[in-house]
Amino acid sequence: MDDLLWIFISTLLVNNFVLAYFLGLCPFLGVSGQLDTSFRLGLATTFVLVVTALCAWILNTYVLIYAPYLRLISFIVVIASVVQFIEMSIKKLSPSLFKSLGIFLPLITTNCAILGLAIFATNRGYGLLEGLVFALGAGGGFTLAMVLMAGIRQETEIMDVPALIRGTAFNLIIAGILSMAFMGFAGLFSAA
Amino acid sequence: MATDVTAYEEMIKGLWRDNPVFVQVLGMCPMLAVTNSAINAVVMGLATFFVLVGSSFLVSSFKQWIPKQVRISLYIIIIATFVTVVDYSLLALVPAIHKELGAFIPLIVANCMILGRQEAFASKHTIKYAVMDAVGMSGGFMIALLALGSVREILGVGALFGVDLFGPHFEPWVIMILPPGGFLTLGLLLLFFNWFSERRKQFLAKVAQADQNASIAGVKDNG
Repeated sequence: MDDLLWIFISTLLVNNFVLAYFLGLCPFLGVSGQLDTSFRLGLATTFVLVVTALCAWILNTYVLIYAPYLRLISFIVVIASVVQFIEMSIKKLSPSLFKSLGIFLPLITTNCAILGLAIFATNRGYGLLEGLVFALGAGGGFTLAMVLMAGIRQETEIMDVPALIRGTAFNLIIAGILSMAFMGFAGLFSAA
Repeated sequence: MATDVTAYEEMIKGLWRDNPVFVQVLGMCPMLAVTNSAINAVVMGLATFFVLVGSSFLVSSFKQWIPKQVRISLYIIIIATFVTVVDYSLLALVPAIHKELGAFIPLIVANCMILGRQEAFASKHTIKYAVMDAVGMSGGFMIALLALGSVREILGVGALFGVDLFGPHFEPWVIMILPPGGFLTLGLLLLFFNWFSERRKQFLAKVAQADQNASIAGVKDNG
């Protein structure tokens, strides 16, 4: 139990996927303009992460022991088709949810956090339960980073920032400062 | 000869004018994650070079047989095949660096720059142009990786390619090789790039203005 909690907290805060591993930077820098859209994108990504962790575990246990060199190709294909499948089923089952997520779902396929999660979980030899907790922590961390970034960007929108810095350079510097703040959480475990 | 000139231009444009990192802001994940030393940056650059050139070649050769509806999936499978080749080759050739780069070699698949080039360029042009474009784009990517990696290694360790630069009294700026340093350095490099382009634009405008004045003056003299 302690182990699972450790995995969750460590991926949520200390080894945050966005701020420490640089995974999922495209939506982090691109879509984080509005607070509520970035929150919703975070939730959708978390959902896909959990499903991916499940698929990766099934593939690793039953298929890839026979052909380890196919790992990357099969992960990518499975992730793309799972996202497609989820998109279709949400469209059928809950049109209102589909409407609020719609644009983001296909975008999630190209989010490197998803593939990164599958590869990290494999490299560390996580079991099913550990993998699912890892996915929840990663999704939570992604959502947290997205929401923080969107909040800061909304605040700085009305500030007097020189035109030359505005845009990606400015967002990257904000991300750097956020990442520095998150490094403070590294003391969480050595102290305990 | 004319075709050669344009092919050359396709290659050159990726290096600076359409630089994938500084101008198009693509491929950020591998960009930031592996550039804590210059040698890692070079290996990552070479790996991306191989994958991009290989898949551009394949995509442009097969373009008339790829159905439009499933093209993205096919591009991704082609890219993933090349990345697997790179992954296993690096494991055999430079195991130490492969270990350090770790999961970021397989993550080249998710580099949006590579998929972007297939969709935007390789699928619409002949093999020669596609390869030239891929060489230029990955060259530009390499330049950006190297710039970021050198700055971070010099400031964070006081060395370049593992060679000590400043002697024993240098206090390393450790934050530069940690994640925040990556964000900050890339932010400042982008800022510098923006400033440089802005200056160049102003300079060109000034030159054009001066030319115009000169030609007006010339007309007056003649008259």
